[in-house]
Amino acid sequence: MSFAAPSWFPATESVEDELARRGVSRREFMEYCSSLCIVLGVGKSEAPRMAAAILADRRPSVIWIQLQECTGCVESVIRTSEPSIGTLVLDQISLDFSHTLMAAAGHAAESAAAAAMAAEKGKYLLVVTGSIPLADDGIYLTIGGRTAKVILEEAAEGAAAIIALGACAHWGSVQAARPNPTGAVGVSEVIKNRPVVNIAGCPPIADVVTATVAHFLTFGRLPAVDGDGRPLFAYGARIHDQCPKRANFDAGQFVEKFDDEGARKGWCLYEVGCKGPATFSPCPIFQWNSHTDWPIGAGHPCIGCTERGFWDTMTPFYGRLPDVGGFGIESKVDILGAALAIGATAGVVAHAAATSVHQMRERKRSLPVVDPTSGGPGTPKA
Amino acid sequence: MAATKVVVDPITRIEGHLRIEAQAENGRISNAWASSTQFRGIEIIMQGRDPRDAWAFVQRICGVCTVVHAVASCRAVEDALGITIPPNANLIRNLVHGMQFIQDHVIHFYHLHALDWVDVVSALKADPAGTSRLARSISPWPNNSETYFKAVQDRLKKFVSGGQLGIFTNGYWGHPAYKLPPEANLMAVAHYLEALDWQRDVIRLHTIFGGKNPHPNFLVGGMACAINLEDTGTINAERLVDVQAMIRRARDFVEQVYYPDLMAIAGFYKDWAAIGGGTKNFLCVGEFPEAGVNDFGKLYFPRGVILNGDLSTVHEYDHKLVKEYITSSWYEYPGGDDVGLHPYEGETKAKYTGPPAPWEYLQGLDKYTWMKAPRYDGKPMQVGPLGRMLVAYASGHDDAQGIVNEALGRLGVGPAALFSTLGRTAARGLETVLIARRMETWFNSLIERVKSGDTKTFAGEKWEPSTWPASCEGYGYLDAPRGALGHWVQIKDGKISRYQCVVPSTWNCSPRDKQGQMGPYEAALVDNHPLVNPEQPIEILRTIHSFDPCMACGVHVLDAQGNVVTEVKVQ
Repeated sequence: MSFAAPSWFPATESVEDELARRGVSRREFMEYCSSLCIVLGVGKSEAPRMAAAILADRRPSVIWIQLQECTGCVESVIRTSEPSIGTLVLDQISLDFSHTLMAAAGHAAESAAAAAMAAEKGKYLLVVTGSIPLADDGIYLTIGGRTAKVILEEAAEGAAAIIALGACAHWGSVQAARPNPTGAVGVSEVIKNRPVVNIAGCPPIADVVTATVAHFLTFGRLPAVDGDGRPLFAYGARIHDQCPKRANFDAGQFVEKFDDEGARKGWCLYEVGCKGPATFSPCPIFQWNSHTDWPIGAGHPCIGCTERGFWDTMTPFYGRLPDVGGFGIESKVDILGAALAIGATAGVVAHAAATSVHQMRERKRSLPVVDPTSGGPGTPKA
Repeated sequence: MAATKVVVDPITRIEGHLRIEAQAENGRISNAWASSTQFRGIEIIMQGRDPRDAWAFVQRICGVCTVVHAVASCRAVEDALGITIPPNANLIRNLVHGMQFIQDHVIHFYHLHALDWVDVVSALKADPAGTSRLARSISPWPNNSETYFKAVQDRLKKFVSGGQLGIFTNGYWGHPAYKLPPEANLMAVAHYLEALDWQRDVIRLHTIFGGKNPHPNFLVGGMACAINLEDTGTINAERLVDVQAMIRRARDFVEQVYYPDLMAIAGFYKDWAAIGGGTKNFLCVGEFPEAGVNDFGKLYFPRGVILNGDLSTVHEYDHKLVKEYITSSWYEYPGGDDVGLHPYEGETKAKYTGPPAPWEYLQGLDKYTWMKAPRYDGKPMQVGPLGRMLVAYASGHDDAQGIVNEALGRLGVGPAALFSTLGRTAARGLETVLIARRMETWFNSLIERVKSGDTKTFAGEKWEPSTWPASCEGYGYLDAPRGALGHWVQIKDGKISRYQCVVPSTWNCSPRDKQGQMGPYEAALVDNHPLVNPEQPIEILRTIHSFDPCMACGVHVLDAQGNVVTEVKVQ
C-alpha cells in the first residue's frame, strides 16, 4: 500500500515557501539544521544534506492521544500486516506523539506534542483512542494535571481530521455500558467542528486502521462513512451476509451446544448467540492477525463489538437473537438486517455531506496560500 | 541544597495513566509518590449481568494483558458453579496465556523499556562490522551480518535526516546514564524492529484458538474452538502445525535474541543491580496448572510468599491476610480511613479530595491517588516476574534455579543483585525463557490427548442457568505477566450480584498506608536511587518501567450518585 503524501499536505507548498510564510529565513533554517546535526551526532558538515532532506520529503504528521481505555487498540494497530508498524512509523508517517511508544516522558513528551501541534497546525491527523469521562468535572482521567476533555479539545483544534479509533473513542464502550459511572462519551460527543471518522470495534482490526490512514493520506480526505461515522469500505456489509457459515444457516445446520457435533463440523453459531445478523463489520472479509482467522471461524459467536452500545444491546452474549437487550421480540434475523442496512445507507449521504463541508472549511482555513492551478488538492505527488 | 520537586506525568511507554512525583537532592531521590490518575468504574456494570458474559467485560480492563482477566474470570465463575474444564481446554488456555506472557514480555523489553538503556542516536555512529561481531559472539541468530546492520543503520539515518524524529523526539539522547557502545545500540535498534514483526506473527496463536488478538474469545466451561482433524473449520492438523511453528519461532527469538540481548545490555548496567530494590516482600499466587486448576502442587510456577528478602523460607499464601487501606487514596471508609478491610468486606466510597484540574503538584497532600493500598499481613508486597522467580527459586524449582544461577553466573553477581531495578528486568527475561520452553510440553500433551481420541474442549453440564444453585460464589486466581491477580464473583438467581478483582499493579503502585509504608514503586524510587538531571528523569523511567506498569486499573465502582457499590482494582 502506498503512502504518497497528498498534494495539499505540506509538500504541496514547498517547505521553503512555508518557511517564508512563517517568517523563517533560509539562514535561520540552515542554523536549525546545523543544530539538529549536532544533536543527532552526525556533525555540522551534514547540515546541507539534512536541509535538502527536510526540504525534499516530509512525512505526514500523526498525533495519537490515549484517554480512558485499555490500550488494546494500540496493541491491535501494532499487529498491522501491511504496511508493518515499523514501516508505517519509520518510513511513512511522522508519529509525533504516542503515549505507548515515544521515548520521552512527562514535560519532554508534552512539549514534543505541543511543538508538533504548532508546527503542523491544520495539517496533522489526530488519532484518539479511549473515551472522555465528563462526570464530576472530568476528574476520572487527568494527564499532567489536565482533564481528558481539555486535552482532546486542544489536540482537535489544529487537526485536519480525527480518527476515533476503537469502541471507546467511538461511543464510550465498556465504561459507558449501563450505568456509565464516569460519564464516558466518544470523541464526536465532544468535538463537533472537525471531521471525525469512527473505526468501530473492540478493538478494531489493525488493517482497517492503517487502510483508513492510507485513505486519508492518499486521497486527502477521510473515507465515506455510514450513519454512525464508520468507513463503508470496512463496515458496509453485515457479517451474516458475508459469513462463510451462511450456507449452514440457510440449511438449518446449527451448533446447538458448544463442542457438539455441529461445532465439530464448523456449523452456524446462531443458536448459541451469534450477533452476526445484527453486526456490520469487516471481520469475515479482512479477518484477523494477517488473515489467520476470525472469531466465528474459531468457533465463538460474534459479540457485535462494532455496533454502538453492544455491551447493553448485544447481551447476554450467548442469548439467541432476537432475545437480547437491543431488539424487540418480533424481530427476525432478516428483518433486523434489512432495517439496519437501510439505516446505514440513509446515514451515509447525510454524513458524507457534512464531512465534505468540514473538509472544505478546513482547506480554506489551513491552506490559504495553495494555488489550485499549480498542484492544489487532488494533484498526486510525484 | 533544597530538594527539587520533580513531576513525571505522563509516564510514557506503559499501559495507562501514571504520574510520578519526587523530590531530588544532590543527584539522589529523597522522596517519591506514585499516583494513578484514571478511574473507569467497570464493576458496577458487572452487576446483574449473566456470569457467562463476565469474562468479556473484565477482559476489557486491559488490552495489553488481554488474556489474564478473561481467564481469571472464567476460573472464578467455574469455581462458583462447580465446573471442571476438560484437560484439553486447560492446555489450550496454558498455550494462549503462555504466548501472552512471551509476547508481552518481549514487547515490554524492546518497545517499552529498551529506550531507557539504549541510545538510538548513538546507533548512528556505530560500525556495522563491529555490531556484526558483537551479535555473532552472543547468539547464533541468523540476522547478524555487517550488511544487515548497515541496512538498519541506513534506514535510521534516512529517518533522522528528514528532521522529523517522531516517537524519538525529545528523547534523552546523549544523557550520561546511557552506557552502551554505539555497536550495541545498533544491535538493539535492529532487534527493536525485528521484534515488531515477530510479535505480530507469534500472537496468531491467539487467533487460532480465540479468533482474534487483542481480546481473543474465551468460554466458561472450556474453550469454544472445537477440535476435529477431519474438518476444515475446526482445530485440525493444519492449525496445529501452524501453532507448533509459532511456538518454535517464539522460543527461537526468546533464546537467540531476547535473552542474549538482555544479558549483553545488563552487563553494561550492573550498577543498577544495587539501585531501586525497595520492597523486599514478594507474593506469587502461582500459574500454569498442569493438572486440575486447584491442584496447587502441580502449578508450573509455584505459589508462595517471601518476606524481608529471606530466600530460606517460602511462606504459604493465605488470602485472608490481604487487607486494603485508603489512608492515601481518594476514598473513605465508614470506620475511618486508617482501617484495613479484607476484600470480602470491601467498603469503597469515592471521595475525591485532590485539587481541581489543572493542578501542578500532588505531593504534600494526604491523599493523592485512585489506587488503594493492599497489604499482606500488614506488609506491602511486590508482585510480578521477580516475585515469581524468587518464589520458584526458593522453592527448589529446578528450571528456575537453573536459569537464575546461569544468569547470575554470566553477570558475575550474587543473588542479592536480584533485589533491584536490574533484577526485575532480568527476572522478566528469565521467566520468558522458561515459559517459551514449557510451551512445547503443553503442546505435546495436547497432541497426545487428541491422538488418543480425546477432543473434548467444553464441559457443558452446568451451562444452563437452570442447573445453577440459587446463590454461589467463586474465586479465580491467576499469576499474570505483571503479577498476582484474583477475581471473586458472587452469583444470585443466575446473575452476578458482586464482582471483585485484586490486581498486580494495585499491589505495586499502591500508595502509603496508615503506617506510612510506601508501595513498591515509591519504595524502589527512594532506594539508593540517582536522578542526575530532574529535567531528564531517565533514571525514574528505568525503575518504574522495570515493574512494567499496567494502569488501566484503580477502578473502584461508583453508582450514578457517587456511592460505591462494589469495587475492582485492575491490572
